[in-house]
Amino acid sequence: MAALEYEGRHFEVRPGETVLDALLAGGVDAPHSCRSGHCRTCLARVVDGSIPRGSQVGLKDAWRELGLVLTCCTVPETDLVIAPVGGLGLEVGATITETVRLAADVVRVRMTLDAPLEHRGGQYVTLVRGDGLARSYSTANVPDRDPFLELHVRVIAGGSMSGWLAGANLAGERVAIRGPDGECFYVADRTTEPLLLVGAGTGLAPLWAVAQDALRRGHTGRIVLVHGAVEAKGLYLVEELRELTREHGNFEYVGSVLRGEPEAGIEIGPIDALIRTRFPSLRGWRVYLCGNPELVFDLRKKVFLAGASTRDIHADAFVGRPTRAA
Amino acid sequence: MYTGYMNSGRAPLENHVTSLYERLGGEPAVSAAVEIFYRRMLTDDRVARFFDGVDLDGQIAKQKGFLTMAFGGPHHYTGKDMRAGHAHLVARGLNDEHVDVVIEHLGATLIELGVGGADVEAVAAIANSVRDDVLGRPAATPARRG
Repeated sequence: MAALEYEGRHFEVRPGETVLDALLAGGVDAPHSCRSGHCRTCLARVVDGSIPRGSQVGLKDAWRELGLVLTCCTVPETDLVIAPVGGLGLEVGATITETVRLAADVVRVRMTLDAPLEHRGGQYVTLVRGDGLARSYSTANVPDRDPFLELHVRVIAGGSMSGWLAGANLAGERVAIRGPDGECFYVADRTTEPLLLVGAGTGLAPLWAVAQDALRRGHTGRIVLVHGAVEAKGLYLVEELRELTREHGNFEYVGSVLRGEPEAGIEIGPIDALIRTRFPSLRGWRVYLCGNPELVFDLRKKVFLAGASTRDIHADAFVGRPTRAA
Repeated sequence: MYTGYMNSGRAPLENHVTSLYERLGGEPAVSAAVEIFYRRMLTDDRVARFFDGVDLDGQIAKQKGFLTMAFGGPHHYTGKDMRAGHAHLVARGLNDEHVDVVIEHLGATLIELGVGGADVEAVAAIANSVRDDVLGRPAATPARRG
Protein backbone atom coordinates (compact mmCIF):
# COMPACT_ATOMS: atom_id res chain seq x y z
CA MET A 1 0.00 0.00 0.00
CA ALA A 2 1.52 3.31 -1.08
CA ALA A 3 0.52 6.73 0.16
CA LEU A 4 -0.46 9.24 -2.52
CA GLU A 5 -0.79 12.97 -2.12
CA TYR A 6 -2.54 15.07 -4.76
CA GLU A 7 -3.38 18.75 -4.34
CA GLY A 8 -3.15 18.44 -0.57
CA ARG A 9 -5.43 15.41 -0.39
CA HIS A 10 -4.28 11.99 0.73
CA PHE A 11 -5.10 8.65 -0.83
CA GLU A 12 -3.98 5.05 -0.54
CA VAL A 13 -2.96 3.09 -3.61
CA ARG A 14 -3.48 -0.66 -3.36
CA PRO A 15 -0.77 -2.94 -4.73
CA GLY A 16 -1.03 -3.15 -8.50
CA GLU A 17 -3.41 -0.21 -8.67
CA THR A 18 -2.55 2.88 -10.73
CA VAL A 19 -2.46 6.44 -9.47
CA LEU A 20 -5.38 7.24 -11.77
CA ASP A 21 -7.43 4.37 -10.28
CA ALA A 22 -6.74 5.64 -6.77
CA LEU A 23 -7.63 9.23 -7.63
CA LEU A 24 -10.87 8.24 -9.32
CA ALA A 25 -11.77 5.87 -6.46
CA GLY A 26 -11.05 8.74 -4.08
CA GLY A 27 -13.57 10.95 -5.83
CA VAL A 28 -11.09 13.17 -7.70
CA ASP A 29 -12.28 14.28 -11.14
CA ALA A 30 -8.86 13.45 -12.58
CA PRO A 31 -8.56 14.00 -16.34
CA HIS A 32 -8.28 10.75 -18.30
CA SER A 33 -9.43 9.13 -21.50
CA CYS A 34 -7.87 6.04 -23.08
CA ARG A 35 -6.50 4.53 -19.84
CA SER A 36 -3.89 2.75 -21.94
CA GLY A 37 -1.02 5.22 -22.02
CA HIS A 38 -1.63 6.74 -25.44
CA CYS A 39 -3.81 9.80 -25.24
CA ARG A 40 -1.82 11.67 -22.55
CA THR A 41 -4.98 13.18 -21.13
CA CYS A 42 -4.00 11.88 -17.67
CA LEU A 43 -0.54 13.49 -17.55
CA ALA A 44 0.55 14.65 -14.09
CA ARG A 45 3.82 15.50 -12.47
CA VAL A 46 5.66 13.55 -9.79
CA VAL A 47 6.79 16.14 -7.27
CA ASP A 48 8.16 13.71 -4.69
CA GLY A 49 8.89 9.99 -4.74
CA SER A 50 10.55 7.81 -7.34
CA ILE A 51 9.16 7.63 -10.85
CA PRO A 52 7.74 4.15 -11.33
CA ARG A 53 8.80 1.96 -14.21
CA GLY A 54 6.47 2.14 -17.17
CA SER A 55 4.91 5.43 -16.15
CA GLN A 56 6.71 7.53 -18.79
CA VAL A 57 6.55 5.18 -21.75
CA GLY A 58 6.51 7.07 -25.02
CA LEU A 59 6.97 10.53 -23.47
CA LYS A 60 9.43 13.09 -24.80
CA ASP A 61 12.74 13.30 -22.97
CA ALA A 62 11.95 16.86 -21.86
CA TRP A 63 8.72 15.67 -20.29
CA ARG A 64 10.54 12.84 -18.52
CA GLU A 65 13.01 15.31 -17.10
CA LEU A 66 10.13 17.38 -15.78
CA GLY A 67 8.83 14.29 -13.94
CA LEU A 68 5.68 14.00 -16.03
CA VAL A 69 3.96 10.61 -15.89
CA LEU A 70 0.90 8.97 -17.40
CA THR A 71 -1.16 8.37 -14.25
CA CYS A 72 -3.08 5.54 -15.96
CA CYS A 73 0.22 3.64 -16.18
CA THR A 74 1.73 4.78 -12.87
CA VAL A 75 1.83 1.99 -10.31
CA PRO A 76 3.66 3.48 -7.31
CA GLU A 77 6.85 1.86 -6.11
CA THR A 78 7.21 4.37 -3.25
CA ASP A 79 4.92 6.92 -1.65
CA LEU A 80 4.21 9.65 -4.20
CA VAL A 81 3.29 13.30 -4.28
CA ILE A 82 1.64 14.17 -7.59
CA ALA A 83 0.57 17.55 -9.00
CA PRO A 84 -1.57 18.47 -11.98
CA VAL A 85 0.54 19.46 -15.00
CA GLY A 86 -0.84 22.97 -15.16
CA GLY A 87 -0.25 23.59 -11.51
CA LEU A 88 3.51 23.70 -11.37
CA GLY A 89 3.80 27.41 -10.91
CA LEU A 90 5.43 28.97 -7.94
CA GLU A 91 5.73 32.69 -7.65
CA VAL A 92 8.91 34.46 -6.64
CA GLY A 93 9.59 38.14 -6.22
CA ALA A 94 12.14 39.79 -8.51
CA THR A 95 13.90 43.11 -8.99
CA ILE A 96 14.51 44.41 -12.52
CA THR A 97 18.17 45.30 -12.98
CA GLU A 98 18.14 46.53 -16.57
CA THR A 99 16.01 47.04 -19.65
CA VAL A 100 17.98 47.32 -22.91
CA ARG A 101 16.88 47.56 -26.56
CA LEU A 102 18.29 44.68 -28.60
CA ALA A 103 16.42 45.56 -31.79
CA ALA A 104 13.81 48.08 -32.88
CA ASP A 105 11.05 45.96 -31.41
CA VAL A 106 12.88 43.83 -28.81
CA VAL A 107 13.79 44.75 -25.24
CA ARG A 108 16.03 42.62 -23.06
CA VAL A 109 14.89 42.58 -19.44
CA ARG A 110 17.19 41.27 -16.74
CA MET A 111 16.19 40.76 -13.13
CA THR A 112 17.45 39.20 -9.94
CA LEU A 113 15.18 36.74 -8.17
CA ASP A 114 14.46 36.74 -4.43
CA ALA A 115 14.68 32.94 -4.43
CA PRO A 116 15.94 30.44 -6.99
CA LEU A 117 13.35 29.46 -9.57
CA GLU A 118 13.63 25.82 -10.58
CA HIS A 119 13.65 26.29 -14.31
CA ARG A 120 15.54 25.17 -17.38
CA GLY A 121 16.91 27.76 -19.79
CA GLY A 122 14.35 28.24 -22.57
CA GLN A 123 11.22 27.43 -20.56
CA TYR A 124 8.73 30.26 -20.26
CA VAL A 125 7.64 32.19 -17.21
CA THR A 126 4.93 34.72 -16.46
CA LEU A 127 6.02 38.21 -15.54
CA VAL A 128 3.62 39.89 -13.12
CA ARG A 129 3.70 43.66 -12.61
CA GLY A 130 2.79 45.24 -9.25
CA ASP A 131 -0.76 46.00 -10.42
CA GLY A 132 -1.33 42.39 -11.45
CA LEU A 133 -0.77 42.79 -15.21
CA ALA A 134 0.76 39.50 -16.37
CA ARG A 135 2.40 38.30 -19.61
CA SER A 136 4.37 35.18 -20.49
CA TYR A 137 7.90 35.30 -21.90
CA SER A 138 10.56 32.72 -22.62
CA THR A 139 13.68 32.71 -20.52
CA ALA A 140 16.78 33.50 -22.55
CA ASN A 141 19.55 32.36 -20.27
CA VAL A 142 20.83 29.42 -18.29
CA PRO A 143 19.84 29.98 -14.67
CA ASP A 144 22.65 28.14 -12.88
CA ARG A 145 25.26 30.07 -14.84
CA ASP A 146 23.99 33.65 -14.54
CA PRO A 147 22.99 35.45 -11.34
CA PHE A 148 20.03 36.98 -13.20
CA LEU A 149 17.00 35.95 -15.22
CA GLU A 150 16.83 37.26 -18.79
CA LEU A 151 13.72 37.74 -20.93
CA HIS A 152 13.35 39.11 -24.46
CA VAL A 153 10.20 41.15 -24.82
CA ARG A 154 8.66 41.99 -28.17
CA VAL A 155 7.54 45.58 -28.14
CA ILE A 156 3.99 45.84 -29.40
CA ALA A 157 2.40 49.16 -30.33
CA GLY A 158 -0.08 49.91 -27.57
CA GLY A 159 1.03 46.83 -25.55
CA SER A 160 0.54 47.43 -21.83
CA MET A 161 3.40 45.31 -20.54
CA SER A 162 5.82 45.71 -23.42
CA GLY A 163 5.17 49.43 -23.60
CA TRP A 164 5.98 49.73 -19.92
CA LEU A 165 9.16 47.65 -20.26
CA ALA A 166 10.27 49.59 -23.33
CA GLY A 167 9.58 52.95 -21.75
CA ALA A 168 11.52 54.41 -18.85
CA ASN A 169 14.55 52.86 -17.17
CA LEU A 170 13.00 50.33 -14.80
CA ALA A 171 16.09 49.34 -12.79
CA GLY A 172 15.00 48.68 -9.21
CA GLU A 173 11.35 48.04 -10.13
CA ARG A 174 9.73 45.16 -8.21
CA VAL A 175 7.87 42.45 -10.14
CA ALA A 176 7.01 38.77 -9.64
CA ILE A 177 7.81 35.74 -11.76
CA ARG A 178 5.50 32.75 -12.02
CA GLY A 179 6.35 29.45 -13.58
CA PRO A 180 8.15 27.88 -15.24
CA ASP A 181 6.50 25.82 -17.96
CA GLY A 182 7.24 24.54 -21.46
CA GLU A 183 9.34 21.89 -23.13
CA CYS A 184 11.90 24.06 -24.95
CA PHE A 185 15.07 23.30 -23.03
CA TYR A 186 18.21 21.29 -23.59
CA VAL A 187 18.21 17.63 -22.59
CA ALA A 188 21.75 16.34 -22.21
CA ASP A 189 21.25 12.66 -22.89
CA ARG A 190 22.30 12.58 -26.55
CA THR A 191 25.24 14.94 -26.74
CA THR A 192 26.51 13.77 -30.11
CA GLU A 193 23.27 14.12 -32.07
CA PRO A 194 22.51 17.18 -34.18
CA LEU A 195 20.25 19.98 -32.94
CA LEU A 196 18.25 22.30 -35.16
CA LEU A 197 16.99 25.45 -33.42
CA VAL A 198 14.50 27.53 -35.40
CA GLY A 199 12.67 30.63 -34.26
CA ALA A 200 11.35 33.96 -35.41
CA GLY A 201 11.26 37.27 -33.57
CA THR A 202 11.66 36.80 -29.83
CA GLY A 203 11.50 33.07 -30.50
CA LEU A 204 15.26 33.54 -30.42
CA ALA A 205 15.15 33.88 -26.61
CA PRO A 206 14.60 30.20 -25.73
CA LEU A 207 16.88 29.10 -28.59
CA TRP A 208 19.67 31.31 -27.30
CA ALA A 209 19.26 29.66 -23.89
CA VAL A 210 19.18 26.16 -25.39
CA ALA A 211 22.29 26.81 -27.50
CA GLN A 212 24.26 28.16 -24.56
CA ASP A 213 23.13 25.34 -22.29
CA ALA A 214 24.01 22.71 -24.89
CA LEU A 215 27.48 24.13 -25.50
CA ARG A 216 28.16 24.56 -21.80
CA ARG A 217 27.18 20.95 -21.10
CA GLY A 218 29.55 19.70 -23.76
CA HIS A 219 27.21 18.96 -26.64
CA THR A 220 29.52 17.80 -29.42
CA GLY A 221 26.94 17.22 -32.15
CA ARG A 222 26.19 19.87 -34.73
CA ILE A 223 24.03 22.77 -33.53
CA VAL A 224 22.36 24.94 -36.16
CA LEU A 225 20.41 28.02 -35.05
CA VAL A 226 18.16 29.66 -37.64
CA HIS A 227 16.66 32.98 -36.63
CA GLY A 228 14.01 34.53 -38.81
CA ALA A 229 12.71 38.08 -39.13
CA VAL A 230 10.89 40.13 -41.74
CA GLU A 231 13.94 42.32 -42.40
CA ALA A 232 17.55 42.28 -41.25
CA LYS A 233 16.88 44.96 -38.64
CA GLY A 234 14.64 42.45 -36.85
CA LEU A 235 17.57 40.11 -36.26
CA TYR A 236 19.28 40.64 -32.92
CA LEU A 237 22.16 39.16 -30.90
CA VAL A 238 23.82 38.78 -34.30
CA GLU A 239 27.31 39.63 -33.02
CA GLU A 240 26.93 37.34 -29.99
CA LEU A 241 25.77 34.49 -32.22
CA ARG A 242 28.66 35.01 -34.65
CA GLU A 243 31.02 35.04 -31.69
CA LEU A 244 29.56 31.70 -30.56
CA THR A 245 30.23 30.38 -34.07
CA ARG A 246 33.88 31.42 -33.84
CA GLU A 247 34.27 29.85 -30.38
CA HIS A 248 32.57 26.54 -31.16
CA GLY A 249 33.28 24.57 -34.31
CA ASN A 250 29.99 22.66 -34.01
CA PHE A 251 27.80 25.78 -33.76
CA GLU A 252 26.34 27.46 -36.80
CA TYR A 253 24.14 30.56 -37.05
CA VAL A 254 21.91 31.44 -39.98
CA GLY A 255 19.91 34.63 -40.22
CA SER A 256 16.78 34.34 -42.35
CA VAL A 257 14.83 37.35 -43.60
CA LEU A 258 11.83 37.62 -45.89
CA ARG A 259 13.17 40.62 -47.78
CA GLY A 260 16.25 42.82 -48.02
CA GLU A 261 19.63 43.19 -49.65
CA PRO A 262 21.94 40.16 -49.80
CA GLU A 263 24.35 40.08 -46.85
CA ALA A 264 26.89 37.53 -45.61
CA GLY A 265 25.39 34.99 -43.22
CA ILE A 266 21.83 36.09 -43.96
CA GLU A 267 19.52 34.26 -46.32
CA ILE A 268 16.57 35.86 -48.05
CA GLY A 269 13.28 33.99 -48.44
CA PRO A 270 10.72 32.08 -46.39
CA ILE A 271 12.25 30.29 -43.41
CA ASP A 272 10.50 26.99 -44.18
CA ALA A 273 12.02 26.95 -47.67
CA LEU A 274 15.45 27.55 -46.17
CA ILE A 275 14.98 24.63 -43.75
CA ARG A 276 13.77 22.37 -46.56
CA THR A 277 16.70 23.21 -48.80
CA ARG A 278 19.37 22.95 -46.14
CA PHE A 279 17.92 19.95 -44.31
CA PRO A 280 16.16 17.64 -46.77
CA SER A 281 16.35 14.89 -44.14
CA LEU A 282 15.99 15.54 -40.42
CA ARG A 283 16.02 11.91 -39.38
CA GLY A 284 17.91 11.69 -36.09
CA TRP A 285 17.78 15.43 -35.43
CA ARG A 286 16.35 17.01 -32.32
CA VAL A 287 14.44 20.11 -33.35
CA TYR A 288 13.37 23.15 -31.32
CA LEU A 289 10.74 25.48 -32.77
CA CYS A 290 9.82 28.76 -31.06
CA GLY A 291 7.82 31.80 -32.02
CA ASN A 292 4.40 32.68 -33.35
CA PRO A 293 1.92 29.78 -33.51
CA GLU A 294 1.38 29.87 -37.31
CA LEU A 295 5.10 29.40 -37.95
CA VAL A 296 5.65 26.84 -35.20
CA PHE A 297 2.70 24.62 -36.16
CA ASP A 298 3.58 24.81 -39.85
CA LEU A 299 7.26 23.99 -39.24
CA ARG A 300 6.41 21.21 -36.82
CA LYS A 301 4.53 19.36 -39.53
CA LYS A 302 7.26 20.03 -42.08
CA VAL A 303 10.16 18.86 -39.92
CA PHE A 304 8.16 15.76 -38.98
CA LEU A 305 7.62 14.99 -42.66
CA ALA A 306 11.35 15.57 -43.22
CA GLY A 307 12.01 12.67 -40.85
CA ALA A 308 12.30 14.14 -37.34
CA SER A 309 10.52 12.02 -34.77
CA THR A 310 7.64 13.73 -32.94
CA ARG A 311 9.37 12.87 -29.70
CA ASP A 312 12.35 14.92 -30.78
CA ILE A 313 10.41 18.01 -31.78
CA HIS A 314 10.27 20.55 -28.97
CA ALA A 315 7.82 23.25 -29.88
CA ASP A 316 6.92 26.41 -28.06
CA ALA A 317 4.21 28.30 -29.88
CA PHE A 318 3.79 31.71 -28.36
CA VAL A 319 0.06 31.27 -27.95
CA GLY A 320 -1.61 34.15 -26.20
CA ARG A 321 1.44 36.27 -26.72
CA PRO A 322 0.19 38.71 -29.33
CA THR A 323 2.43 39.35 -32.30
CA ARG A 324 0.76 42.64 -33.09
CA ALA A 325 -1.38 45.18 -31.33
CA ALA A 326 -5.00 44.24 -31.00
CA MET B 1 15.05 0.57 -38.16
CA TYR B 2 12.97 -1.26 -35.57
CA THR B 3 13.96 -4.92 -35.43
CA GLY B 4 12.18 -6.21 -32.32
CA TYR B 5 9.93 -8.38 -34.39
CA MET B 6 12.84 -10.22 -35.93
CA ASN B 7 14.76 -10.37 -32.68
CA SER B 8 11.94 -11.72 -30.58
CA GLY B 9 13.50 -15.19 -30.87
CA ARG B 10 10.17 -16.63 -31.85
CA ALA B 11 8.71 -17.50 -35.18
CA PRO B 12 5.74 -15.33 -36.02
CA LEU B 13 2.66 -17.08 -34.74
CA GLU B 14 0.05 -17.48 -37.39
CA ASN B 15 -2.70 -18.43 -34.97
CA HIS B 16 -2.53 -15.25 -32.88
CA VAL B 17 -2.16 -16.94 -29.52
CA THR B 18 -0.29 -13.79 -28.55
CA SER B 19 -1.27 -10.49 -30.09
CA LEU B 20 0.76 -8.82 -32.80
CA TYR B 21 1.17 -5.97 -30.30
CA GLU B 22 3.06 -8.25 -27.91
CA ARG B 23 5.11 -9.91 -30.62
CA LEU B 24 6.15 -6.59 -32.12
CA GLY B 25 7.42 -5.55 -28.72
CA GLY B 26 4.63 -3.37 -27.35
CA GLU B 27 4.76 0.38 -27.00
CA PRO B 28 8.15 1.13 -28.65
CA ALA B 29 7.05 -0.70 -31.77
CA VAL B 30 3.79 1.21 -31.91
CA SER B 31 5.72 4.46 -31.49
CA ALA B 32 7.90 3.54 -34.46
CA ALA B 33 4.90 2.43 -36.49
CA VAL B 34 2.78 5.47 -35.78
CA GLU B 35 5.38 7.84 -37.20
CA ILE B 36 5.73 5.86 -40.43
CA PHE B 37 1.95 5.55 -40.68
CA TYR B 38 1.22 9.22 -40.03
CA ARG B 39 3.91 10.45 -42.43
CA ARG B 40 2.31 8.30 -45.12
CA MET B 41 -1.13 9.73 -44.35
CA LEU B 42 0.05 13.34 -44.33
CA THR B 43 1.74 13.00 -47.69
CA ASP B 44 -1.20 11.24 -49.38
CA ASP B 45 -3.37 13.80 -51.17
CA ARG B 46 -6.38 11.51 -50.89
CA VAL B 47 -6.54 12.00 -47.10
CA ALA B 48 -4.09 14.76 -46.12
CA ARG B 49 -6.75 17.49 -46.09
CA PHE B 50 -8.48 15.86 -43.12
CA PHE B 51 -5.38 16.64 -41.05
CA ASP B 52 -5.10 20.32 -41.98
CA GLY B 53 -4.65 22.39 -38.86
CA VAL B 54 -4.65 19.48 -36.42
CA ASP B 55 -2.19 19.38 -33.55
CA LEU B 56 0.65 17.03 -34.45
CA ASP B 57 1.37 15.77 -30.94
CA GLY B 58 -2.30 15.25 -30.16
CA GLN B 59 -2.85 13.46 -33.44
CA ILE B 60 0.13 11.16 -32.90
CA ALA B 61 -1.27 10.22 -29.48
CA LYS B 62 -4.65 9.38 -31.04
CA GLN B 63 -3.09 7.41 -33.89
CA LYS B 64 -1.07 5.47 -31.34
CA GLY B 65 -4.27 4.47 -29.62
CA PHE B 66 -5.72 3.38 -32.94
CA LEU B 67 -2.65 1.36 -33.95
CA THR B 68 -2.49 -0.28 -30.53
CA MET B 69 -6.08 -1.37 -30.97
CA ALA B 70 -5.47 -2.57 -34.52
CA PHE B 71 -2.44 -4.57 -33.34
CA GLY B 72 -4.56 -6.24 -30.67
CA GLY B 73 -2.97 -4.37 -27.77
CA PRO B 74 -4.57 -2.86 -24.67
CA HIS B 75 -7.09 -0.12 -25.39
CA HIS B 76 -10.38 1.19 -24.10
CA TYR B 77 -11.86 2.60 -27.26
CA THR B 78 -15.54 2.03 -27.84
CA GLY B 79 -17.71 2.37 -30.91
CA LYS B 80 -19.12 5.51 -29.33
CA ASP B 81 -15.61 7.05 -29.10
CA MET B 82 -14.99 6.20 -32.75
CA ARG B 83 -18.27 7.85 -33.79
CA ALA B 84 -17.76 10.96 -31.71
CA GLY B 85 -14.12 11.29 -32.76
CA HIS B 86 -14.85 11.21 -36.49
CA ALA B 87 -18.23 12.93 -36.76
CA HIS B 88 -16.63 16.25 -37.76
CA LEU B 89 -14.67 14.47 -40.51
CA VAL B 90 -17.75 12.65 -41.81
CA ALA B 91 -19.37 16.08 -42.07
CA ARG B 92 -16.40 17.09 -44.24
CA GLY B 93 -16.86 14.16 -46.57
CA LEU B 94 -15.02 11.24 -44.95
CA ASN B 95 -16.18 8.07 -46.68
CA ASP B 96 -15.32 4.43 -47.41
CA GLU B 97 -12.58 5.37 -49.88
CA HIS B 98 -10.73 7.22 -47.14
CA VAL B 99 -11.05 4.29 -44.75
CA ASP B 100 -9.59 2.10 -47.50
CA VAL B 101 -6.63 4.49 -47.74
CA VAL B 102 -6.07 4.24 -43.98
CA ILE B 103 -6.07 0.44 -44.16
CA GLU B 104 -3.72 0.57 -47.15
CA HIS B 105 -1.21 2.71 -45.24
CA LEU B 106 -1.57 0.56 -42.16
CA GLY B 107 -0.59 -2.48 -44.22
CA ALA B 108 2.30 -0.67 -45.92
CA THR B 109 3.57 0.48 -42.52
CA LEU B 110 3.58 -3.08 -41.20
CA ILE B 111 5.34 -4.38 -44.29
CA GLU B 112 7.97 -1.65 -43.84
CA LEU B 113 8.47 -2.97 -40.28
CA GLY B 114 8.92 -6.50 -41.59
CA VAL B 115 5.56 -7.86 -40.48
CA GLY B 116 4.22 -10.83 -42.44
CA GLY B 117 1.10 -11.21 -44.57
CA ALA B 118 -1.18 -13.02 -42.13
CA ASP B 119 -0.64 -10.36 -39.48
CA VAL B 120 -1.21 -7.58 -41.99
CA GLU B 121 -4.53 -9.18 -42.89
CA ALA B 122 -5.49 -9.58 -39.25
CA VAL B 123 -4.74 -5.91 -38.58
CA ALA B 124 -6.72 -4.86 -41.63
CA ALA B 125 -9.65 -6.94 -40.36
CA ILE B 126 -9.57 -5.22 -36.96
CA ALA B 127 -9.34 -1.79 -38.61
CA ASN B 128 -12.20 -2.75 -40.90
CA SER B 129 -14.33 -3.75 -37.93
CA VAL B 130 -14.61 -0.13 -36.82
CA ARG B 131 -15.44 1.18 -40.30
CA ASP B 132 -19.15 1.69 -39.62
CA ASP B 133 -18.47 3.40 -36.32
CA VAL B 134 -15.90 5.71 -37.90
CA LEU B 135 -18.27 6.61 -40.72
CA GLY B 136 -21.20 7.04 -38.32
CA ARG B 137 -23.33 4.29 -39.90
CA PRO B 138 -25.50 1.73 -38.17
CA ALA B 139 -23.45 -1.45 -37.69
CA ALA B 140 -23.83 -3.83 -40.66
CA THR B 141 -24.43 -6.75 -38.32
CA PRO B 142 -26.26 -5.69 -35.16
CA ALA B 143 -24.43 -6.77 -32.03
CA ARG B 144 -26.15 -9.64 -30.32
CA ARG B 145 -26.00 -10.48 -26.68
CA GLY B 146 -25.67 -13.99 -25.37
